[in-house]
Amino acid sequence: MSELNLKQASRKPEGLASGHRLCAGCAHSIVVRMILKATRGPTIATSATGCLEVATSIMPYSSWNIPWIHNAFENAAATASGIEAAWQAMRKKGKGPLAKYETLDVIAFAGDGGTYDIGLQALSGALERGHDFTYVLLDNEAYMNTGIQRSGGTPFAAATTTSPAGRVIPGKKEWKKPIDEIVIAHGIPYVATLNAAWPMDVMRKSRKAFEVDGPTFLHAFIGCPRGWRYPMEKTISLSRLATQTCMFPLYECTLEEGRPVYKLSGPSAAIARRPASKKPVEEYLMSQGRFQHLFRPEKRDDLLDSIQAWVDHNWEILLEKAGV
Amino acid sequence: MSTRKPGSKELPIGAVVTKSSMEYETGDWGVEKPQIDLEKCTQCTLCHYFCPEGAITVNDDGYPEVQNNYCKGCGICAEECPVKCIEMVRMK
Repeated sequence: MSELNLKQASRKPEGLASGHRLCAGCAHSIVVRMILKATRGPTIATSATGCLEVATSIMPYSSWNIPWIHNAFENAAATASGIEAAWQAMRKKGKGPLAKYETLDVIAFAGDGGTYDIGLQALSGALERGHDFTYVLLDNEAYMNTGIQRSGGTPFAAATTTSPAGRVIPGKKEWKKPIDEIVIAHGIPYVATLNAAWPMDVMRKSRKAFEVDGPTFLHAFIGCPRGWRYPMEKTISLSRLATQTCMFPLYECTLEEGRPVYKLSGPSAAIARRPASKKPVEEYLMSQGRFQHLFRPEKRDDLLDSIQAWVDHNWEILLEKAGV
Repeated sequence: MSTRKPGSKELPIGAVVTKSSMEYETGDWGVEKPQIDLEKCTQCTLCHYFCPEGAITVNDDGYPEVQNNYCKGCGICAEECPVKCIEMVRMK
């Protein structure tokens, strides 16, 4: 399979089998299924601890139809480096089980806890060594697997069990860590953001990440009905809203002559062309229980304004970088 | 006096998952199941991509088919169908 399109890829066998125990309406499996449909052939995946890992590998069942290695919370990138190095060594010697593969898609799946906080040093090391692998950050903006604790990826003012909204604090007091910028600063050849609401965009970017030589990073937006407290059928519409409000803009960043070159993708490029179509961030916040304290008992305009200002600020910076 | 313990070759293989999760049917999680009106369906395949369970497969004619024994009844397919040909129906 070389050409990618929705009809053709829908016939490709699933990389992630049914019967996994992720919550109903979880976006993890939606994104992972799309990414695995974009693989070129032989694929090996590894997962850091997180919802995806615990729900797909409950003894004695496994949902993975591809070779898959389980590792600890912090070392998904290190394990992926090892897989890639082993494949290269076998290719060089011409013997061993992986020697016959011309290409090998090595994927590390990790959550926001396993990337922003715990796995950052392993990720940074692997990017610096320049292994040919793809790191997928499945960002559901808190430690959902252990009961919704705040992480470096949790947005400002979101209520979690360790940053509860009350009389003293309005949810999380810090802003979301700019992980994409941290990764881009390593000078790696390809970084992109993914949103499940646009399947073709997800698959095209994933395929590109696999094809590029060297480490690549995909930042996927994952809606969590349980932790964000919204009805489970809204997962995709809420993800779409995140991009339409520029809370989670879609773009890709390639390296040309040592310089990062930003390019906005479809839905975000459309907003850049028609700024009036950008929706207010309030619309996105209102539909989630974790932000309800911004609207009830009284509306907190000060906090809403500061979130809107933060979104606008980051969006402007991105537009500048993309040269729009 | 120590007795020799079994080595790596004698011990049974441990921590290796042996079954596919396809054997674990999650269909009884859901209360509602999708019913697709194939006359309105435009074969866009979006429901197949948006299904978290992979419970909507595309058949040879290009139409979606729901595997009720895995569907958890989240309702994303009904919410996102561009021509609204999917309806969630309560199962008895």
